[in-house]
Amino acid sequence: MSSKKTTVPFAGTKEQEEALMKVIAENKDQKGALMPIMQQAQDIYGYLPIEVQTMIADGMGISLEKVYGVATFYSQFALNPKGKYQISVCLGTACYVKGSGDVYSKLEEVLNIKGGECTADGKFSLDACRCVGACGLAPVMMINDEVYGRLLPDQIPDILAKY
Amino acid sequence: MKSLEDISAIRDKMQDEINVRRGAASADGKRHVLVCGGTGCTSSGSQKIIDAFEAEIKKNGIEDKADVVKTGCHGLCALGPIVLVYPEGSFYSMLDVENVPKIVKEHLVNGNVVKELLYNETVVGDEIISLKETPFYKKQHRVALRNCGVINPEVIDEYLAEDGYQALAKVLKEMTPEQVIDTILASGLRGRGGAGFPTGQKWKLARTLVPDADQKYVACNADEGDPGAFMDRSVLEGDPHVVLEAMAIAGYAIGANQGFIYVRAEYPIAIDRLRIAIAQAREYGMLGKNIFGTGFDFDIDLRFGAGAFVCGEETALMTSIEGNRGEPRPRPPFPAVKGLFEKPTVLNNVETYANIPQIILKGADWFAGMGTEKSKGTKVFALGGKIHNTGLVEVPMGTTLREVVEDIGGGIPNGKKFKAAQTGGPSGGCIPVENFDVPIDYDNLIAIGSMMGSGGLIVMDEDNCMVDIAKFFLEFTVDESCGKCTPCRIGTKRMYEMLDDITRGKATLEDLDKLEELCYYIKANSLCGLGQTAPNPVLSTLRYFKDEYIAHVVDKKCPAGVCKHLLNFSIDKEKCIGCGMCAKQCPASAISKTDYVAPGHKLPSMLIDANKCVKCGACMGTCKFKAISKK
Repeated sequence: MSSKKTTVPFAGTKEQEEALMKVIAENKDQKGALMPIMQQAQDIYGYLPIEVQTMIADGMGISLEKVYGVATFYSQFALNPKGKYQISVCLGTACYVKGSGDVYSKLEEVLNIKGGECTADGKFSLDACRCVGACGLAPVMMINDEVYGRLLPDQIPDILAKY
Repeated sequence: MKSLEDISAIRDKMQDEINVRRGAASADGKRHVLVCGGTGCTSSGSQKIIDAFEAEIKKNGIEDKADVVKTGCHGLCALGPIVLVYPEGSFYSMLDVENVPKIVKEHLVNGNVVKELLYNETVVGDEIISLKETPFYKKQHRVALRNCGVINPEVIDEYLAEDGYQALAKVLKEMTPEQVIDTILASGLRGRGGAGFPTGQKWKLARTLVPDADQKYVACNADEGDPGAFMDRSVLEGDPHVVLEAMAIAGYAIGANQGFIYVRAEYPIAIDRLRIAIAQAREYGMLGKNIFGTGFDFDIDLRFGAGAFVCGEETALMTSIEGNRGEPRPRPPFPAVKGLFEKPTVLNNVETYANIPQIILKGADWFAGMGTEKSKGTKVFALGGKIHNTGLVEVPMGTTLREVVEDIGGGIPNGKKFKAAQTGGPSGGCIPVENFDVPIDYDNLIAIGSMMGSGGLIVMDEDNCMVDIAKFFLEFTVDESCGKCTPCRIGTKRMYEMLDDITRGKATLEDLDKLEELCYYIKANSLCGLGQTAPNPVLSTLRYFKDEYIAHVVDKKCPAGVCKHLLNFSIDKEKCIGCGMCAKQCPASAISKTDYVAPGHKLPSMLIDANKCVKCGACMGTCKFKAISKK
């Protein structure tokens, strides 16, 4: 739940805007449409900068404050862009008791960023997640859609080197 | 549109195929290769296994002798990817793509089971025993997970073969809504999401409290936020139609024609399968207008969570579906009066729904015949942590923790000692070994300071520090508190700070009393279940592991060796060979040579300067001679 404003300049394209307008037009009349629209907007842009939130608010005829309130409430809505490779380490209970906290610290150390941040070159971003449900493989992390299980902190540099 | 006759005909036609997967002889001589496509096995690469099987089967020209079926979860996630070959029921575990050609050639072509690739528990001496006889499955009784791992969840006909949608047909054609509610009431089914409210009662209230409502809703809570619990996901992935059917039954019982499933966006496979299932159900006319020609309309839409734990709370979930910040509302009014979009609403959890069709078909007495006096039926647990057989298990209510951990779970790995089992996630508590023989049900768990929760069961051994675990859960609650009410928003933060002080050796015995007092205050005054149960991990560890708290506070020691600030690293000078690797790793330059050479060694041993040590543990990880210890 990061409320920080991003420092990365907004670089949305015309195509993205058209896609968003289409999503808004298709969904705005159904009940409780805001979240589905925001979820699709995030699929289109990869994150929800204030510019996109404004377009949603205007398109739906609701206040920006309402959109911002929802965007900052849910951990899945990102106000900052993500890295090319998004790393998420499971800090759910099953992974935690098997040492995922150490894996997470090692990633912070190797990437030299804190959780929730993105490396300066935009290559990696790091997040903690709750449970990916692969508890049998604990401790687990995901890099984009690739799952790495039964991790040891020492394996981290080699895994990152593959990207 | 299919009629009841149509779906019964499909069932009869398909039943032979499905029976093969339950061990019957195959009528057409075909083998069924069941590959788990649940999240656990997919993470271990089961899609590649499926592709390899299909390619090899084609290569060997035996397409008419073997079918590859992608199923849901079999439960034994630690051993994935899992493949079952029927009618033999051979259970291959931890497969690699390279093993596939051998299984196809030896087993599917020549008919010889490849023994060395089987799950080792199914091989006893020279005999191969059935999976049902293995310790992991022997004591399990599958009701909610009945179809998981048996049918292909993306094919509605396979669900029909398992009497799918027959319960819906029965209630629509033969029962009044009141009779449906009475059946559920008589079965004794209680909500599987955590609190254990009687499901029939919930339905009755939603039917009767607002008799003139113009609109009612049925909702399904699939926002499984409890970290370490994944039974709902497995049902959605392995048997999505059962949820749709049960929701339609609930709709008929309370008088609703619209349902919503609120599912975690973190479950992409479950979402896909639900989408497919809804589309198929609509095509067959099991959802939509005039179902089975009875005039009953019911449809279901999906809504996705966006990563907020509090949305598992019923009023917060409804607020979220309405498109708002997912903050809970005060009750009353209860959802049965004013729920979703201010209309009377029934909300049940996925596992609860998974029991409904069978209760309708087999009767309330059948269901009430399982379990304990006040907790009927079975419960699915997600077994995780320090245990051999990580995975999903379904056992009758009243099974003891000992049976689950030792018999089904296979005990603790690496010869370590069991310390506690944690149930109920961030709302639950830690159960010590003294309570190992208490039969697990809703009321017993509450009596011993924990709760059922959604069914996560995390095992901890002697290397886990209970103060650290309590702190872990509080960190979670602080993060997930929605901030609406003060006791939860500020109280949990204060609790976390107090626990943090304890793990740093900065607390006093008086602080422990204050901590306990704060727990009771938060419990009594929070708005929703999240805050009311947030102190449970602290209270239960204070109750059963007070000596560990006292060790942190008085002796400034962490007995389990977890809390870094209380650890001291030291080098055994007799074991140290003086290689100096530890000194190279040390980020604080805290390790230096001494002038002592141990007998039998050539170089002087190393020494850690406790004042410089930052307790990172890097030296200990480097030492190949086990000369460094932490205490």
